Amino acid sequence: MTVNEIKSILAADVLCCECLLENDVLSACGSDMMSDVLAFAKEQAVLLTGLVNPQVVRTAEMMDMKCIVFVRGKHPEEDIVTLAKDRNIILLCTDLEMFTSCGLLFAHGLQGGGGKK
Amino acid sequence: MSILKLHFKVDGSDFTRAGEASGEVKKILKELGFNPDVIRNVSIAMYEGEINMVIHAGGGEIDVEISPEVISIVLTDRGPGIEDVALAMKEGYSTASDNIRSLGFGAGMGLPNIKKYTDEMVIDTKVGAGTVIRLKVFVT
Repeated sequence: MTVNEIKSILAADVLCCECLLENDVLSACGSDMMSDVLAFAKEQAVLLTGLVNPQVVRTAEMMDMKCIVFVRGKHPEEDIVTLAKDRNIILLCTDLEMFTSCGLLFAHGLQGGGGKK
Repeated sequence: MSILKLHFKVDGSDFTRAGEASGEVKKILKELGFNPDVIRNVSIAMYEGEINMVIHAGGGEIDVEISPEVISIVLTDRGPGIEDVALAMKEGYSTASDNIRSLGFGAGMGLPNIKKYTDEMVIDTKVGAGTVIRLKVFVT
């Protein structure tokens, strides 16, 4: 699934890196706990979160994630957008809640991590 | 490639800057052309260690040695130390406050994640004196 498809499915706004929207993502992780995200090692993943602070971007950076979706209408401050832009991480914002966002992406074929290995 | 040594001071008073050292190491490893899996393992382990220093120990210092065969990371702090290392290694166990949890950490996954992403992990800790964590990620 491309990030552009995720944008459409979640009726999301793009905050940065619009030129990368055709990038593919293969899996998704939804959490407000960054340590749980760091336990999830998947290639080309998208992170869905309701947490808004610079560590969300740094977590995505360490995990080589392509895109972060802020759910529940959360909007990051400009410094967070700049941090993501510098790392080529696409930021999306949706008014949908976490459960609904994850459910919609799953229904459209995006997979999770498959649980603890 | 000779051995590259890096030293970082981690400011314990600024949570927003936690992770800068790990980001810098990740950038250097990419420039040196290391395998992406090795880079990710080193970055995640160091980042968890760096976050731990900030949220539990008021900051500290990190020494990184990069050689073609192994990447070694030593995280040193003068924080409160870890009372029960075995318990701290259990997934889900945390002494973090609600304030730290509201920042997205303190889920009790920090040390287990560090172990998961490294080949060697040794913890030297003394209550009231601090903690030294030595990590190795082998390249081949």
